[in-house]
Amino acid sequence: MDLVQTDVATDRWVLRGLDRLIEALVGRFDEVIGPVVLDGVVRLQPIESADDLPIGIADEQAPATYRLRRDASALRFSYGLGPDSLKSLVHPPRSPVWTMRRRDGSLVVDAAHHPTHERAVIGARACDIDGLRVLERTQTGGDHADPAFRANRNGLFVVAVDCTHPAPTCFCANTGTGPSARDGHDIAMTELETRDGAVYVLRAGSERGRALIDELQLERASSELIRRAAREPGVAARGQPRSLPANAPLIAKLAEHPQWDDVAERCLACGNCTAVCPTCFCTDMEDVVSLDGDGATRVRVWDTCFSMEFSRVGPAPIRGSVTERYRQWLSHKLGTWHDQFGESGCVGCGRCITWCPVGIDLTAEIAALAAPAEAAR
Amino acid sequence: MQHELSSPTIDWPARIERGEPPSLAVWKFASCDGCQLSLLDCEDELLALADRVSISYFPEATTAMVAGPYDVSLVEGSITSEHDAERIRQIRRDSALLITIGACATAGGIQALRNGRDVDGFTSIVYAHPEYISTLATSTPIADHVPVDLELRGCPIDRGQLLQMLASVLNRHALRLPTTSVCIECKARSTSCVMVAHGTPCLGPITQAGCNALCPSFHRGCYGCFGPMESPNVGALRAQLGTLGLDGDAIFRLLNTFNTGAFATAVEEGST
Repeated sequence: MDLVQTDVATDRWVLRGLDRLIEALVGRFDEVIGPVVLDGVVRLQPIESADDLPIGIADEQAPATYRLRRDASALRFSYGLGPDSLKSLVHPPRSPVWTMRRRDGSLVVDAAHHPTHERAVIGARACDIDGLRVLERTQTGGDHADPAFRANRNGLFVVAVDCTHPAPTCFCANTGTGPSARDGHDIAMTELETRDGAVYVLRAGSERGRALIDELQLERASSELIRRAAREPGVAARGQPRSLPANAPLIAKLAEHPQWDDVAERCLACGNCTAVCPTCFCTDMEDVVSLDGDGATRVRVWDTCFSMEFSRVGPAPIRGSVTERYRQWLSHKLGTWHDQFGESGCVGCGRCITWCPVGIDLTAEIAALAAPAEAAR
Repeated sequence: MQHELSSPTIDWPARIERGEPPSLAVWKFASCDGCQLSLLDCEDELLALADRVSISYFPEATTAMVAGPYDVSLVEGSITSEHDAERIRQIRRDSALLITIGACATAGGIQALRNGRDVDGFTSIVYAHPEYISTLATSTPIADHVPVDLELRGCPIDRGQLLQMLASVLNRHALRLPTTSVCIECKARSTSCVMVAHGTPCLGPITQAGCNALCPSFHRGCYGCFGPMESPNVGALRAQLGTLGLDGDAIFRLLNTFNTGAFATAVEEGST
């Protein structure tokens, strides 16, 4: 994204309520995505107005537990992360690759088109925007960039909100990915509660973002509001009980440790962690053939390294046990991701902790792996 | 989603190589007919299917019956009597390809609750004239009696899987059925986890995908009708179901309904 350095450092605007901003987004984009309460969970969904966003909602998250409750605030973003990162928007669960038809005795293949989908997302958190960047490196960084990812990412206008209510499962202060949006957004906001309701202090992150702010003809924020907004990230960062140690990349790569068997006793190998992870990207190809045998469609679908079949090479899976598969996931996410992509694959969102049906906590596993193998026996 | 490659080798006779449609038979054993109905439910695809096969025996759909042998037999239901045990052996002899459809045929069905229990006691309570009842002490899957070429799981089976299976057989391409958990399908269709978000007991994490996570999409826990996934950690899920408030009896009932004994067998065989 084009960063407007001078503006980012200094310029702040104020917005009372979100009606005007969302109206402008709806007018400008094919689709606007934002947080919506659905089945007792904050999900990312298409929205049409500010009224679709939650108001006065708080969440309670713990390993294997997610609950919403009402609170008295007028805030729209007074809760931590839901299960949806931005991954589905750029790397969807199902993505067409090609269709094939029989025509005049030969086979005709049509590659799927990936037109740029002009979408805006509002309420993106810093860790997820960083997850988008990490994922982008995996999907477009090499010699074979994924055109679908590129088209989806290029069309995405990101309105970030600084995370003021992190869940106890997340640890962005530790991973350095939040709670305040630093880059990758077009507009970033800090939500503040005032006597007049929710107020948003805005900053631009790109030319496109600045253009939208100008179009809305917003007032400059007062120094008092700017000071209050600047305090929020520090408050949010202090509330985070979990962390990974600095040597996590080395610990995660320990090939032999009894803790791997210990976690495999508890792990369901269900793949929930990889599905909710903002950076897990593995896929499989699925061919669907018509009954008459004259047409076929190939679709790329999400896969998971927790699947035994995913590791099938030749006649047999090379990671037949859950011990090997959990180790594969964690050692890649925190360890060999550095070797492959030059950084960690974890952005500290904690979704894998909350959405694991049995509450396996990677920070606790790393702590146990850090203990000498002898002591763990 | 991960898939198991399972494409039976089919040596079609010369008449089919010449373009004659394969004959299809649909058989019923101890079952509720729901899986056969899944075939009739393929309304949009029935005409295309009728163009590709010659329906030779399907009493659920038509009284017209053609004697065997058959190129493809779909078998619903479990074996619960000596007569049925003999009948399936004959059907196997008459069928080039034998495909079982549904939890009864692939795992014994709900009626496998009788297995290991006092069946004579049951019949004496249920029937006015138990002396007229001729039944085995067990309800067993078809594969316990004859070799089976392909299995489709579920109670009932998934219509999409049935069509893909028929398309793969008719067009001779690899059929790939998922072996991963139902959770993968919940996440792919953006269904919120009923266990984590609502505290609803769910067998999804240990159950094989294929239904497109139907029950959780209606806010219900998965009841395991597709049977165990590739590496079901029943012990770990059992502990979590206990944490959610289910007692031992309730957990036993959840694990022993639509795939009676299948999850217990998974535990015995070593889940990881």
